[in-house]
Amino acid sequence: MDLRFDEISLTLRGRPVLHGVTGALTAGEITVILGANGAGKSTLLSCLAGLRKPDAGLVQLNRQSLHAMPPQERASLIGLLPQQADIHWNVNVRTLVALGRLPHCGRWGLGAEDEAAIDAAMVAADCAHLAARKAQRLSGGEQARVLLARVLAGEPRWILADEPFASLDPAHQLDAAACLRAAAAQGVGVAVVLHDLTQAARLAHRVIVMKEGAIIAAGPVGEVMNPAVLEAAYGVRVHAGQDAEGAPLIVPVARLP
Amino acid sequence: MKLNLTLLASLLAALLLSLMAGRHWIAFDNWLAGDLQSLIVMELRLPRACAGALVGMCLGMAGAAMQGYLRNPLADPGLFGVSSSAALGAVISLFFGYAVQAWLLPVFALSGAALGMATLALLAGRSGSLILFTLAGVILASLTGSLTSLLISLAPTPFASSEIVTWLMGALVDRSWDDVRLALIPAVLGMAALLRAAPALDALTLGETAARSLGVDMARLQWLIVLGVGLTVGGSVAVAGIIGFVGLMVPHIMRPLVDDRPSALLIPSALAGAILVVLADSLVRMLPSGSEMRLGIAMSSLGAPFFLALLFRMRREVA
Repeated sequence: MDLRFDEISLTLRGRPVLHGVTGALTAGEITVILGANGAGKSTLLSCLAGLRKPDAGLVQLNRQSLHAMPPQERASLIGLLPQQADIHWNVNVRTLVALGRLPHCGRWGLGAEDEAAIDAAMVAADCAHLAARKAQRLSGGEQARVLLARVLAGEPRWILADEPFASLDPAHQLDAAACLRAAAAQGVGVAVVLHDLTQAARLAHRVIVMKEGAIIAAGPVGEVMNPAVLEAAYGVRVHAGQDAEGAPLIVPVARLP
Repeated sequence: MKLNLTLLASLLAALLLSLMAGRHWIAFDNWLAGDLQSLIVMELRLPRACAGALVGMCLGMAGAAMQGYLRNPLADPGLFGVSSSAALGAVISLFFGYAVQAWLLPVFALSGAALGMATLALLAGRSGSLILFTLAGVILASLTGSLTSLLISLAPTPFASSEIVTWLMGALVDRSWDDVRLALIPAVLGMAALLRAAPALDALTLGETAARSLGVDMARLQWLIVLGVGLTVGGSVAVAGIIGFVGLMVPHIMRPLVDDRPSALLIPSALAGAILVVLADSLVRMLPSGSEMRLGIAMSSLGAPFFLALLFRMRREVA
């Protein structure tokens, strides 16, 4: 089981955003996508979610073209957590999380299985106690957890998350990371766009580093996340070390001239 | 479900009231007496009440669907120019005098709505983009609006222009079973299209990207909305002319009762729209004015204070 992308290229408004990008996500692993602003990370994620069709190249899920797949089937396999947290109507939190079941439920609404998945997702994302609250009245961090629960509720085989920790406090960042690890442990393939290098090094099994629409490095986290690659990607000098327990600690120190 | 049943019961009560109400109050006992009074109830008031309920249902549901689709609580089914295209169709039939045949005017209005829908779909293209769609609607509305004004100014006789202007104000006077029958098919088809769009409207709560990732086909959704709004609004303009504010007001009132869920809003808005139009139409018949007040005018005069109250409430929230 893998989500494979071969030589995909995409031009948006006359600007090449992706060119000749090749790689794969593996089930049961967390792949972190790194790169400076505008490197093409979010665009790659939306190609992998089947929302953008590349001008050239192919995205394949289990050797089947993603763009030939019926939208509902694709949606039941791939859950996308977009960077922008849109909540347009002031619905109850549980109603919002239940939207994650849309690709699964038939015309007659939610069944017992759906309800169980919604409950489990809300517990996993630590928002069960918010169930009866109005979604628009929550804080930014609470909304982010609810939206993560929405993705988990769909029980996708693949989770694509664009900066999922951006508005979370440290405790909930750890919780959300644990959520993604737990999903991966159950065989879900996870791709996460991150900016925090330490977090990336601790969360990832594999890393894809992008620059100007191309992949400059990809592979197991230990091989890829070295100062040379990160300096090339971001144009900053990084300090890479370890904390007392031997876990990686990567801190950007200064801009390179 | 409980809400829908309550609304349905209220609609039946409103319909009964509207059979009794009018220049002359006709109590229930006299409905089936077989005399002139029962003739008024069965041949004049019953079809008129049914036409009113149908128009209200169409406008209420179209408004709820539009607001859900555009994720804007101030969107109105008139926004996309389908109602003004339908009106243009009707005005053409009045201008050329085809409306002497009673059934031709609604047919022209429906054709206008259909042409409007086709233009809208052509202009918006196949991307399913909301901005393109709204812009196409604004273009259509301004074009049909200006053509309607042109026809009024070029009307061959003062009588024709006054007839057009009066018709545009919207009314349910003298509507027969033929009118109800004619609007029923587009209304039912349109509401079915909107109900099919319901789950996708819910998904749009999360924004367009998340909705698409949940399997919503935006181009298909746009088709369902164009068809649904076009048929319901076209049908209602064909029967009653332009009646504003129903599609704007009713979803507003119903929204808090259904946990703000766009899909759950459709049926309650249809029922409440029907209640509102039937009651307002009963009211204009009971007003002791020389000639009957036009329903469209009555509705707009309800709209202003409603939105004034809304504005004051929002000002308090903002402050």
